[in-house]
Amino acid sequence: MRIRISGGRIIDPGRIDTVGDVVVENGKIRSVGPPDSEAADQVIDARNCLVVPGLIDVHVHLREPGHEYKETIASGAAAAVAGGFTAVCAMPNTNPVNDNAQVTRFILDRARAAGLARVYPVASITRGLKGEQLSEFAELKEAGAVAFSDDGRPVVGSRMMRRAMEYARGFDMPIVSHCEELDLAGDGVMNEGVVATRLGLAGIPNAAESIMVMRDIALAELTGARLHVCHVSCAESIAAIRAAKDRGVRVTAETAPHYFTLTEEAVAEYDTRAKMNPPLRTAADRQAVRQALADGTLDAIATDHAPHSILEKEVEFDQAANGIIGLETALPLSLRLVADGVLPLTDLIAKLTVTPARVFGLPCGLIPGGAADITVIDPQRTWTVDAERFASLSRNCPFDGWPVTGRAVLTMVDGRIVYEAPEA
Amino acid sequence: MQLTHKDILDIASLSVAEIELILDTAVQMREISSRPIKKVPTLRGKTVVHFFYEPSTRTKTSFDVAAKRLSADSLSLSKSTSSLVKGETLIDTARNLDAMAPDAIVIRHSSAGAPHLIARHVRCGVINAGDGRHAHPSQALLDMLTVRQHKGRLDGLRIAIIGDITHSRVARSNCEGFVKMGSEVVLCGPPTMIPKGVESYGVSVTGDVDEAIAGADVVMLLRIQKERQQAGLFPSEREYARVYGLNRRRLKMAGSDVLIMHPGPVNRGVELAPEVADGPFSVILDQVANGVAVRMALLLLVAGGTRNENQD
Repeated sequence: MRIRISGGRIIDPGRIDTVGDVVVENGKIRSVGPPDSEAADQVIDARNCLVVPGLIDVHVHLREPGHEYKETIASGAAAAVAGGFTAVCAMPNTNPVNDNAQVTRFILDRARAAGLARVYPVASITRGLKGEQLSEFAELKEAGAVAFSDDGRPVVGSRMMRRAMEYARGFDMPIVSHCEELDLAGDGVMNEGVVATRLGLAGIPNAAESIMVMRDIALAELTGARLHVCHVSCAESIAAIRAAKDRGVRVTAETAPHYFTLTEEAVAEYDTRAKMNPPLRTAADRQAVRQALADGTLDAIATDHAPHSILEKEVEFDQAANGIIGLETALPLSLRLVADGVLPLTDLIAKLTVTPARVFGLPCGLIPGGAADITVIDPQRTWTVDAERFASLSRNCPFDGWPVTGRAVLTMVDGRIVYEAPEA
Repeated sequence: MQLTHKDILDIASLSVAEIELILDTAVQMREISSRPIKKVPTLRGKTVVHFFYEPSTRTKTSFDVAAKRLSADSLSLSKSTSSLVKGETLIDTARNLDAMAPDAIVIRHSSAGAPHLIARHVRCGVINAGDGRHAHPSQALLDMLTVRQHKGRLDGLRIAIIGDITHSRVARSNCEGFVKMGSEVVLCGPPTMIPKGVESYGVSVTGDVDEAIAGADVVMLLRIQKERQQAGLFPSEREYARVYGLNRRRLKMAGSDVLIMHPGPVNRGVELAPEVADGPFSVILDQVANGVAVRMALLLLVAGGTRNENQD
């Protein structure tokens, strides 16, 4: 089987940026760049399109096992490839928690059976996400876990977090931290500020995030461990990460499209689709997030894809679950950063591919001989977000109805076409 | 004239003309309560549901009396008597109530925005009787009615609101109402009880009670809840009373015909010294009387008249 992806702008950040052909043979990349004239079983016309390494989302919740009515590994993987993602990292807050090798293997089996996106399990730092006892890192790594995180909740005890970092260092695995000082966040349900005051909702100050970012940076400094900070939402956290990077701490960080797209204003009228943790912040924070993506303080864009059903969302605002889905909207929202002049296209692609891959130790790139995980993007394609048509089982998307530009038109994993966008 | 929306959810969504309509209607209603036979047939055949998800004595009683004086059939649901304890969602409960074709649902709920959620899912009018910290429109309207009754106007008055602004739906609705009607509003309380960005209502904020009271036409005290002490918002009732409580000495700073108001129930000796609560400037009981009148007006405007017939 020989496939030629023909005439697109090929961008593999740090390696190549040229117009030409990508040839895929038997699941592997054969050549990248030079025009190809040999016979092919299939020719994909990629003129006016971008041909990039398959996008990687290092932060998703696939809800299986345990909450299959919100999402399954198969439906989440389908949403991933529909959004142009060939690989996702699945957070461990399932039921049961991914704190043992059986659950890790179960996730990998389900992903293999689905045969869509690659799913890399993230195992928990502590058993049952309780913050009391370390999970068995060695066995989890052997089973296929790529990182450790108690995402959804912080590791409250500083001593426990220190031990986790020290122990993870022995396996050269990143500790992925949901940074939240729970006591300070209190009963808050949205960003603390004018909007919360007007709506009569309890607020969460930026410091509830940044205090924990600073603690974890201090612990990374103490232990020499690799720290990856999840879903950065505010200026204070960014300043702390920037300063840490300047002094050589091994810290990386991600943000999500909603933090560089929306502000707390989206909560107006008690819209639970705009409720997430950390909360949407102010315009100044949004600007800080954009700036940090531009200057490299933020390494990756990850969606924090968090499916919830109407059971969790069509309720009183303070009772509603946190989180929004993001796999099928991340690409066009991210491309806005290029249109807005925040960062060049190549840098944006890097934040969705090679940079997060490096942090999580995942293969990525258009490399002859390597696996053919490729995304073809039509950056000009305009379409309207329609949550009803999502592959995800959930609909909790604040961007429903938005006109957007740019879309993955073809997604390939191991040389197999796993997604093709319907004709415009 | 009638209201633009089917619901009364907060003061923010009412226009100045609508507020005036409600207050003028309430003045007519007040007269009914002074008759020997305190009942008119205006809402005969109309059904009003009082849905109180959170405990309430005076607001619930006030709405109850209002409905009865207008001859509406009213029924009460509380959290414990509704299916909410059986795990039914708020929307399902509301839809079920709506299916029984009431003409108005009066709702009190501990979650901000709950009345808005219900209003989107029912055909009948929804009256917010207090949602979390967010809004208490009938309280603000009765406060405005009381001030207008005594001062003859609302514009150009200086209104001081003192207490726990952060947790007060009464303060929020009064900020919106009085500012909308042309009053000057100054908020005062310990910094732990002043929410971030509250100036966006168009009000000023001070930590100095004497400054807040100086020249005030109205001083409104808010109830200080004991549990806020455990939460660290203030160290003791004793210190609160000393720094922020209204007493006879402080009252001298205010205008000579100042009105003392309180949404109740009063913590005597904490936010309000007993001699002030019972003193000549206190209009606290007028507020209660006007509460019935305002709620009669709201029920009339929401459940009565042609509005519902047009909708059917």
